[in-house]
Formats: sequence, C-alpha cells, structure tokens
Amino acid sequence: MQGSALLRFILQRLAIALPLLVIVSFGVFALVHLAPGDPARALLGSRPSDPATLAAIREKYHLNDPFLLQYWKWLWQVLQGDLGTSIQGGQLVTFAITQRVGVTLFVSAVAAVIVMTVGFALGMLAGFNRGTRLDRAVVTLSIFGISSPAFVTGILLLYVFGVLLHWFPIFGAGHGFLDRLWHMTLPAVALALSVMAVLVKITRVAIIRELDKDYVVFARARGLSRSRIALGYVLRNALIPVVTAAGVIVVALVASAIFVEVTFALPGLGSLTIEAVQKRDIPLVQGTTVVFSGFVIIINLAVDLTYALIDPRIRYGKAQS
Amino acid sequence: MTLIPNTGLIDTSKSRRRVPLLIVCAYFLVALVTVCAILGAALAPYAPETQRLLVGDKPPSALFWAGTDLLGRDVLSRVIFGSRTALIGPIVVAVSGFAIATLLGLLAGYLGGVVDSAIMRWVDFMYALPGPLVAIVVVGIIGGGYWIAVAVLIALNAAPDTRVVRSVVLEQRPRPYIDATRALGISRWRILFIHILPNILPLVLAYIILDFAFALVNLAGLSFLGLGVEPGTPDWGRMLYENRNILFSNPVALLLPGAMIVLTTISMNVIGDWLFEKFTK
Repeated sequence: MQGSALLRFILQRLAIALPLLVIVSFGVFALVHLAPGDPARALLGSRPSDPATLAAIREKYHLNDPFLLQYWKWLWQVLQGDLGTSIQGGQLVTFAITQRVGVTLFVSAVAAVIVMTVGFALGMLAGFNRGTRLDRAVVTLSIFGISSPAFVTGILLLYVFGVLLHWFPIFGAGHGFLDRLWHMTLPAVALALSVMAVLVKITRVAIIRELDKDYVVFARARGLSRSRIALGYVLRNALIPVVTAAGVIVVALVASAIFVEVTFALPGLGSLTIEAVQKRDIPLVQGTTVVFSGFVIIINLAVDLTYALIDPRIRYGKAQS
Repeated sequence: MTLIPNTGLIDTSKSRRRVPLLIVCAYFLVALVTVCAILGAALAPYAPETQRLLVGDKPPSALFWAGTDLLGRDVLSRVIFGSRTALIGPIVVAVSGFAIATLLGLLAGYLGGVVDSAIMRWVDFMYALPGPLVAIVVVGIIGGGYWIAVAVLIALNAAPDTRVVRSVVLEQRPRPYIDATRALGISRWRILFIHILPNILPLVLAYIILDFAFALVNLAGLSFLGLGVEPGTPDWGRMLYENRNILFSNPVALLLPGAMIVLTTISMNVIGDWLFEKFTK
C-alpha cells in the first residue's frame, strides 16, 4: 500500500514536470521566430548577407521545413546534447556554457549555504520568540530583504566594502579556491540577502503554526523540557513547509544570480545569458535558457520527491494531493 | 488562510487605535514619489536630458546636489523624473494583472470542476517557470522596451494572484448569503460580480499594492540589464545600468536611484501588509 501511494505521487509530479519541459522547450525554440524580422537574418549575425549564405543558414536551421518539424529536429539535436553554435564567434554553445557554469554554481552554492544556515537560524529565532523585540527586528530586516533587489544590495556592498573599506575586490572571479572565495564573498552575500528573507518568513510562520498546536500544550503539561519540545517536536514538524519552500528558494537564487553576476561583472552563466540577449545571439540564448529552466524544473521535481519522502502523510497515502 | 503570509511586522493590537508611525512614513514616501511624478518639471532643478560633456561625472556640489553622470546630466533631476516610469509601469502591471487574476480566480473558485482544474494547471505551470529569466529572454529577444516588459510582467503576475483570489472565493462559497442568492434564482454572473466580488475587493486591493512592489523591482531589474526603458529615459533602474562604471567618481549616481527603488518598494510592501492585516481582522 505504502509503495503504491508513493509511486502514484511520483507519477503525478512527473505528469506535471514532463509536459512542462516540453512546453518550455517549445517556447525556447520559438524564440527564433519571436525575434523581429526574418529568422535567417537574425541567425546571420554579423556575417555578410548574401543569398547563398542566407540559403545555407535556412538549410542548416531547417527553416524551410514546416514549423513543427523544425521544432522536432531542433529538440532531437538538443536531446543529443547539441545546442548549436553561437552566432558571435562561432563557438559551440555547449562549450560556452561549460566554461561559464562553474562561476554560477560556485556563487549560488555559497549563497545557498548562507541562506540555509543564517536564514533558517533567524527564522527559528523569530518564531520561538514570537512577539518580542527580537522577532520584530528579524521581521523588519526581512521586509528590507524582500524589498531590496540583488542588484541594489550588490551595488551598496560594492560601494561600502569595495570602494570605501577596500576589504574585498570589486570585480573578477579569482583563481584557486581561496582567492575565488574571497572574490565571491560580496556577490554571494548580495545573492543570499535577496533570497534569505523568503526562508526567514516561511520558517518563522511554520514554527509559530506548530507552537499553536495542541500537542505542544500537551507536551508542556506533561513537563517536557522546553528544548526537548522545541528541537524534538516543533522543529521537526516545522521542517516540512521549509523543505517545500526549497523549490521557491532555488528558483529565486537562479533568477537573482543573473542580476548578481551582471552587478559584479562575474563571468557566469547569467552574465552569458545577458550578453547573448543584448547581442541577439539566439542559439546562445536558447542554450542558456534550456540549461536554466531545465535545472529549475528538475530541482522542483526533486524537492517534491524529497517532500514525499520526509512527510509520512504522503508516504502512507493519507494526503490528498 | 494558509496562503497568505502574516509578516507580523505590524502590531495589530495597536494599529486598531491609530496608524503606526511606520505606515505614516511609508504613505509619506509614496506621496513624495507621486508628487515627483506629477510635478517633476517644476521640482527638478534642471532638465533631465541636458548634457554637459565638459562637466562629466562629478560628485555632489552646490550646483548639482547629487552630482552628475558620465554625460554631465544632473542626477537629482533624473531621479525626480525617474519616478514616472517607477509609478506608471508598476500600476499598469498590478491593476491589469489583478483584473485578469480576479476574473480567473472567481471562475475557478466558484465554478469548480473542469474550469477550476484547467485554470489551476495553468497556474501550476506559471509557478514552475523561472519568471525573471522568462521576462529577460522574451523582452530581450522581442526588443520591445518598456511596454513589452510591462505586458510580460502582467502575464507572469496573473498566475500567483489567481491562486490568491481563488482561495478567497472558496472561503465565500459555503456562506449562507450565497445559498440565499442561489435560492432566489440569481444568475451565476450576477452572483460572481455583484455579490462575491465586493466581499473580496478589500483583499484584492491589498494584493494590488503588494503586486506594485513586485512589478517595480522587476521593471527596474530589466532596465538595469539595459532591456526595459528606451536609452536616455530617466529611470531608476536604467540609471544603475548607465552609471555602473562611475561608482568611484560619483557614487551618489548609483546609491540615490538604488535607495529610491528600495524605499518605494519597502513602503508599498509595508502598506500592503498593513491593509491586508486590517482587512482580514
């Protein structure tokens, strides 16, 4: 019984994720035709435009085929790991992406660690001390966090710690682990600050909601210690909505990473996307968008599955969803 | 009301008696930005587009209170005129996004069944998309500037709002007055728009204000990437983009528009939260 409930849940989630991947890939493919003007000219880039080159491009990108056939051929190539070549410079898109993805992963990972530790701790602190000055201070800070986009926080951090105090370098990604960590500190903090408030809010509300439940009153009445109640019962139950929120947080991290990379001039996947968009390098835009959105969809799926594994209500098939 | 976050920022026991100081400050700031947007030409010391190439990027002085940018344009005047795009776009996004969401949310919540599941699948789909990335790519590739950006944000914004409206409608549905209207044989549309809608409007208003904050940040973000407003337009996000290389010579050219974005967003979030808590009490 347990196995089948879990399996049904997994199948349900896959039934959302797979069509989503198809629709997103279709949207990404349609970008070529969304660009104003003739797609062949858009794909031409800076090469000289003569009929022979245009015809070659039409041939190469299957532009003479019916729309859906074009999509199918493009999707087939993508599934085989071929994202085409960049218009500017003629580099392989997959090569450009692998060169830049490291910086993005590094800065996002550092930011994620900050969010998960500091954000969770602050949310816990506020939740367990509801109504106190401490709670109010954390909540006020999180309103600031939610309202401050990463590019503004980034500029402020650059100014204070880079220009005024000279504590941190103001651009570049650094070489070697420690140097890179030093270069990435400000970007990661800017990224973490913009995302952290969401986790603080969710953790705080989850803990407050658990504290209001009858079992807490009962546990207190039985004389269980405060720390036992807090750590052994409340925190464990409060973790469920927090884990569910991980998907939202990862999406926010990826989105903010784009802005942070541009603010700090980091050579990551986000700044690559922006450069490609500004130069109208459509194959490159398609490539980075496929990677970003594929990543987001897969993370959301993984979060849902983790949720199923840790929430016994779903494991035993009692949840309605 | 599980969907709606209680930020706990506003002490509701006090707010019943008088308006908290924080809210007064927030209202004041929003009013200031509005005045700047309407009376910009009268308030700004210079025309925002006047270039003084010989002056260049200078820190604040008696002549230029917030200094000048690379082209010698007065930063303060540009910030004052920038309040226009900072208000108009977000208002359009918030109002039209919520109009769509209200319609879909009412239908989904009241009719249920196939309509509900179709609308909610669409909402799930929009939720799973990385919104800002979609906005960047679509706006960048179409290359349509400000109003295309506004249109894309409306589309992205409508989905989460639909979920909110639907949850509120679901709460109204089992109430006796709905049964009464049905028993009287009143048509579905009349029940939806004459009877349910007025009951959920206060909440919708609070959410429209929160949506304004979301749209302001996102439009500023697109302008910061050089994708939103036309080049040369005085706009806070665009100023961060144009002035990103003069952090050493005139930091005010970046810090002032940045502060305006954050302060306006905070004010809207605070006001929205406050109204929300007032209406749900």
